[in-house]
Amino acid sequence: MTGLGSLVRLALRRDRLLLAVWVIGLVGITLATASTVGELYGSPESRQQLGGTAGSNPAFLAMLGPLYDASTTGGVLAWRWGVFGALLVGLMAMFLVTRHTRAEEESGRLELIGSAVVARHAPLAAAVVVALAASTVIGLLVALGLTGLGESASGSFALGLAFASVGWVFTGVGAVSAQLSESARTANSIAGAVLGVAYLLRAVGDAAGDEGPTWLTWLSPLGWLEQTRAFAGDRFWVLLLPLALSAVLVVAASVLVTERDLGGGLVPTRLGPARAPRSLGSAFGLAWRLQRGMLIGWTLSLFVLGAVYGSVARGVEQMLEANPALQKIIAQMGGAGAIVDVYLASILGIIALFSAIYVVQSTLRLRTEETEFRAEPVLATPVSRFAWVGSHVLFATVGTAVVLAAAGLGAGLVHGVRVGDVGGQVARLVGAAVTHVPAVWVVAGLALALFALVPKLASAGWAVIVVFLVLGQLGPLLQLDQWAMDLSPFTHIPKVPGADVSATPLVWLTLVAAALMALGFAAFRRRDVG
Amino acid sequence: MTAAISVSGLVKTFGPTRALDGLDLTVQEGEVHGFLGPNGSGKSTTIRVLLGLLRADSGAASLLGGDPWRDTAELHRRLAYVPGDVSLWPNLTGGEVIDLLGRLRGGLNEKRRAELLERFELDPRKKGRTYSKGNRQKVALVAALASDVELLILDEPTSGLDPLMEAVFQECVNELRGERTVLLSSHILAEVEALCDRVSIIRNGRTVETGTLADLRHLTRTSVSAELVGAPDGLAGLPGVHDLAVDGTRVRFEVDTDHLDTALRALVGSGVRALTSQPPTLEELFLRHYEDELPSGGTVEGVMSS
Repeated sequence: MTGLGSLVRLALRRDRLLLAVWVIGLVGITLATASTVGELYGSPESRQQLGGTAGSNPAFLAMLGPLYDASTTGGVLAWRWGVFGALLVGLMAMFLVTRHTRAEEESGRLELIGSAVVARHAPLAAAVVVALAASTVIGLLVALGLTGLGESASGSFALGLAFASVGWVFTGVGAVSAQLSESARTANSIAGAVLGVAYLLRAVGDAAGDEGPTWLTWLSPLGWLEQTRAFAGDRFWVLLLPLALSAVLVVAASVLVTERDLGGGLVPTRLGPARAPRSLGSAFGLAWRLQRGMLIGWTLSLFVLGAVYGSVARGVEQMLEANPALQKIIAQMGGAGAIVDVYLASILGIIALFSAIYVVQSTLRLRTEETEFRAEPVLATPVSRFAWVGSHVLFATVGTAVVLAAAGLGAGLVHGVRVGDVGGQVARLVGAAVTHVPAVWVVAGLALALFALVPKLASAGWAVIVVFLVLGQLGPLLQLDQWAMDLSPFTHIPKVPGADVSATPLVWLTLVAAALMALGFAAFRRRDVG
Repeated sequence: MTAAISVSGLVKTFGPTRALDGLDLTVQEGEVHGFLGPNGSGKSTTIRVLLGLLRADSGAASLLGGDPWRDTAELHRRLAYVPGDVSLWPNLTGGEVIDLLGRLRGGLNEKRRAELLERFELDPRKKGRTYSKGNRQKVALVAALASDVELLILDEPTSGLDPLMEAVFQECVNELRGERTVLLSSHILAEVEALCDRVSIIRNGRTVETGTLADLRHLTRTSVSAELVGAPDGLAGLPGVHDLAVDGTRVRFEVDTDHLDTALRALVGSGVRALTSQPPTLEELFLRHYEDELPSGGTVEGVMSS
């Protein structure tokens, strides 16, 4: 294919830093998790104990999947980190593909390349090659690294290749979604939604119990990773499924490329209104127009996620009812109700991290507007810089409360119906979800301060989330010091529902967020735009 | 007349690059002022400083009697701006953008809006991402020209427009002459010649020439070719005569416009059979100011055709 080689080299040159961060980061976290799992569950007895409890708990099943074999460190790692690690590999693959196809096309740069001597399919092929290669390299490094740590080579390769296989599938998903829409943002949203559905399908399937729809797991690429059963049988043949799906998707994408014009999508753009609606006449009206799609999408997604997690909560209780011995142990620790609350509090913690993705996306919209030269015409009107920044920040801050409340509402409704107390559970869980708002505001404040002070590094706002994820979610597992975990604002949020709510940390977090935002506003007033 | 824009000694650096290096610019109220310079000479940077988007390192700038950095919002009520490279929101229609920008400026003249859409043959129902470069430019032009403001700041407004639409644009600006002040940055000399009352030429962030077109023409040469009765006499020694070429009784030369009279007298002394003279164009004026950037030995013609 003419031009493929040079396009691949171009992509590697543009992304050398990004790719290095993804590959080293993912492999590094995986190996670090493996070695701490080895330390934490060093003895066969401790692993056996883990297998007896965590491996059959519906809450853990929904969140992490089944623990097939707790007798080796690798088996525990595959359970504890398999689905999440694979989720990140999938995200990387789909971002890479969109970045080198639709995003390039939207910016007009692909036109420049398309007019040079390159085959029609070459840009897509180059993006696919890069994403497949990156996924495979991660898989192989994980396999070699785990073997090096003394795990069984067969299991190490099963897990490594299973990671890679999720990357292969989402390379294909990204390639297809990039053809469907004219905007890279929408393409990423479509692929992201597929990833979300894949996670949910296996969550429901895994937690369904023997009589439930366990087959749902088999519909998900993340379910295939579980079914590969790394370190517990190493069923390599399962990997043929993602391989086949990836191939089908890539072929489909390459057919779609020939079906459409450069720059166009498959869904034709319709004509819109000739006049602006009354609402589109102020900085706030413009921000609403630009942000509403994202806000609505996140609200619905987190509502569904809350509902899915909420539907499992009852299972936690039922498991305890069916197991008097366990019930007794837990009753001594604080009662069956408390265990459900521990589960609900931990899923709300995860949902709060998701809402941090929303808040960074929403805040960094400012930077996109600036780099795409759409801030300039607005700021050349009587709209002040304060009003322009404020209109977007308003969506970030209020939107955080909205998406979190939606998650609490979803969880509360479903869990409430199942325990026969809708009103009570909705109020409790909406309240508990909204308690995380101040921590998410700190993330918004950091993103805004970055945008205002070091605009070129504004996208480091994303790294902030990853750092907080590692500190908060993996901190205990990686045995980080408490002061390190305290750096994450999420650590300071009370573990609600269940824990006592003290206003002090919430007030402090709100003040920190407000100070960061004030800094952002002041710094933006002073800097050059463009 | 008072100055709508007055800039003196403006300096702006971006890291090691000195984008503006002591730039001066004065635009009188009610005039159409051409702001000429090659790519990268600092035209857009100057405009961004005037719009309060960039803060100058030193120098003074005043816009409609205010400080462009401090009084941003109030000043922006009284001006409309068309960027050189118009970027639209991909999912807003052209009509929506026109209304939005108009409302942000405090209202549009509805009649003019409708009339301009028709004259520019712009379909306002298309989404931003589907417009061509020229059509995006039209969206910004309609929004600016339909606003009732005192000052229009137009940064290369016709880039991407076809010649017919360029003519429409020139008509529109001519209709506004006297009512509005216009700062028109451009490197299209014909456009500036057709529209502007006064011109400032900048280069490497500095103003090198400013004045009316008539003023500036004095600084240029008229090219003359003549067929004489006898051999030319004494032309070579005259002040201001350049590039003299004599072929028997035919002569060709260029003469500084200030010395045109003496040169013509010398011709008449030899008897004139035929005479063609070409007035200086802005093209030549422009190129003369960039002469030392031309490859050595290059001529104006050589550059124009290359």
